[in-house]
Amino acid sequence: MGTEESNYSQINPKRCKGCAACVVACPHGCIEIGSEINQMGYQFARFAVRKCIACGMCFYSCPEFGAITVFKKPRKGA
Amino acid sequence: MHTIKHQKARSLYPTFDRKAPGADVSHYCPGCGHGTVHNLIAEAIDDLGIQDRTIFCSPVGCSVFAYYYFDVGNIQCAHGRAPAVASAIRRTHEEAIVISYQGDGDLAGIGMSQIVHAANRGENITVFFINNAIYGMTGGQMAPTTILGQNTVTTPAGRLAANEGFPVGVAEIINSLQAPVFVERVSLAGPVKVMKARMAIRKALRNQVEKKGFSLVEILSPCPVNWKMTAVESRRWLENNLEPVFPVGNLRDLPKGPFDQVDKKKARISDRKILEILGVGEEEVHTGTVRLKEEQNFKIAGFGGQGVLSTGILLANCAIAEGLKTTWLPSYGAEMRGGTANASINISHETIGSPIVSFPNALMVMNLPSLDAFEDTVRPGGAIYVNSSLAPRKVRREDVTAYHIPASDIANDLGGIQCASVILLTVYALVSGAITIETLQKVIPLAIKRKNLVDLNMRAIEVGIAWHRENCPKEEKTTEV
Ligand SMILES: Cc1ncc(C[n+]2csc(CCOP(=O)(O)OP(=O)(O)O)c2C)c(N)n1
Ligand code: SF4
Ligand code: SF4
Ligand code: SF4
Repeated sequence: MGTEESNYSQINPKRCKGCAACVVACPHGCIEIGSEINQMGYQFARFAVRKCIACGMCFYSCPEFGAITVFKKPRKGA
Repeated sequence: MHTIKHQKARSLYPTFDRKAPGADVSHYCPGCGHGTVHNLIAEAIDDLGIQDRTIFCSPVGCSVFAYYYFDVGNIQCAHGRAPAVASAIRRTHEEAIVISYQGDGDLAGIGMSQIVHAANRGENITVFFINNAIYGMTGGQMAPTTILGQNTVTTPAGRLAANEGFPVGVAEIINSLQAPVFVERVSLAGPVKVMKARMAIRKALRNQVEKKGFSLVEILSPCPVNWKMTAVESRRWLENNLEPVFPVGNLRDLPKGPFDQVDKKKARISDRKILEILGVGEEEVHTGTVRLKEEQNFKIAGFGGQGVLSTGILLANCAIAEGLKTTWLPSYGAEMRGGTANASINISHETIGSPIVSFPNALMVMNLPSLDAFEDTVRPGGAIYVNSSLAPRKVRREDVTAYHIPASDIANDLGGIQCASVILLTVYALVSGAITIETLQKVIPLAIKRKNLVDLNMRAIEVGIAWHRENCPKEEKTTEV
C-alpha cells in the first residue's frame, strides 16, 4: 500500500460488511469498495488513496466493531 | 513508527461468541446505526474509566444482544422496562453507571410509561434512545416514531395522521418534564453529525458520573434493511425525511438537576420508619441466642384461610428476631378462601440462595390433601407435623419423625380454631430448636393486631408446650407418637 510516509486507515476485510458508510464519510475519498468478496459474502472496503489526514470520520461512521483502525504517520525526526 | 489514532474500544469484547467461537462481527445488518452507537458508547466508557462499574440494560429489539458486545455488567430487560430496571439498579448500587439502551418500539411504544416516570423521578441514569422510525427486529412494522407517509409493513399506504396518529417526539416529551438535566437529539446521517452524536453520548455519561441526574440522547439512526434501501441511501433519507420531523439539537443542558442526588438519597424513608408508620415493630425483638442444628427448609401447607401463609410469616419473623437469615415464599391459588395454600420458609445462619423449598426437612400439614401431596417430598431424617384433626391418617414414611397433633380440636376447645397452626408451630419450635418460645411470645403481639386473638395465641403456645411435654420423650429424636 505504500503507507510508510502517510496516515492511513486499515480495514479488516473479515470484519467489513461493505456498507460503504466509510466511503461516503471520508472527506478525502481515501476509501473505496473493492471487487473482492470476503468470507461473509460482502464486497469489502479498502483504503485506496494516500491522502488520509487520520481524522477518524471513517472510523466513527463504521457500524462494525474494529473493522477500521486509523494510523498516524511517524512525526518528522521521530 | 506509525501510531494508532483510532481503534476498537476496550469495553467491547475481543470476540463475540454468540454465533461461533472467535466470531468478531456484529449480528446487525450492514450499515445499521446500532453498531455505530455501540462504538461511540464503548469509547466513552473507556475514556471515562467506568468499564468496571457500568451496567448496561439492553432492550428487546435488534439490540437485544448488546450483552454479547459490551464487556461490562449487563442485564437484558423485558420489553420497554429497561428504565425501571435501571432505576432499581440506581437505587441499590450507588457507584454503578447505569445505561438504558432502547429502540423506538421499546421506549416509545410498549415502554412509554416507564421512560416518562424514570425521567420524571430524575433518576441518575443515562438513556440512549435509538430512533429508527420502525420496528427493526420484527420485520418493519410502524413505530410510534414512524413519520407521516412512511411505508411500513403495517402502514403499506404510508402512515396517516387520521388513522395512526402523529409521530411522537420523545426528546420533546422528556424535555417537558422538570427533572431531567440533559436532553439532546442527534443524527447519524453523516460523519459530522456522527461526531456531534459522539459528544452528546459522552456528555450524557459524564453527567451521570458527576451525579447530575437524568440524561437522554435520542439518536436518529438508519435501518437500511427495513427502510428497503442501501446503507448510503438510508443516511440520505434520514437527513432529508427524519430530521425535518425530529429536529436535531440540544433541548436541555442544565449545570445541575432540580435536586441533588445526595438529597434524593436522604429523601428515602428507612425501613425502620416505614415499620413505625405502619404501626408495627415499635418494639424490636432481638434475642439472637439460637444456634441451628441444621438449616431449616420448612414447608407449611393447608387450606386457604387456615393461617398457612401468616403462620409462615410468623415463623420467618421469629427467625429474624433470632438474628437468623430467612426467606418466606407463598404459593396459593386464585381463591382467597378454601383453595390450597402453602408457604416455604428457609432459616439459616448463611445467606440463602433460593427461597424455594422442594425437599423440606420440616413439613407442617394442616389437612389430609396436604399430607398426601407433600409427605414424599420430606428428606429422610426430617420431621412432619400433622394436624391430625383434619388429616386423620398416620404418616406412612418410616425414615422421618411424625408428630400427630389434634391441633384443630384443641384450638376449638381453647376458643378459636384459628390458633391451630400456632399449636403446631410451638411443637415445631420445641422439637427443632430453630426458634425459642420466648421469641414466639414476643413476636406474636407484634404480628397480630386484635387483642383477643393475641390472648388466644398465647394460650395456644401454652397448650403446645404441654402437648410436647406429655408426648415427646426428653430426647426428641426417638419419637414416633
Ligand atoms: C412483550 C413483547 N411484545 C412484543 C414483542 C415483539 N417485539 C420484539 S422486538 C419489537 C420491536 C422492536 O422495535 P424497536 O424498539 O424499534 O427496536 P429495533 O429492533 O428497531 O432496534 C417487538 C414489538 C416482544 N418481544 N415482547
Ligand atoms: S481517517 Fe479520515 S481521512 Fe483517513 S481514511 Fe478515514 S476518513 Fe479518510
Ligand atoms: S463502514 Fe465499516 S463495514 Fe461499512 S464498508 Fe466501511 S469498513 Fe466496511
Ligand atoms: S433490522 Fe434495522 S435496526 Fe435491526 S439490525 Fe437490521 S438495520 Fe439494524
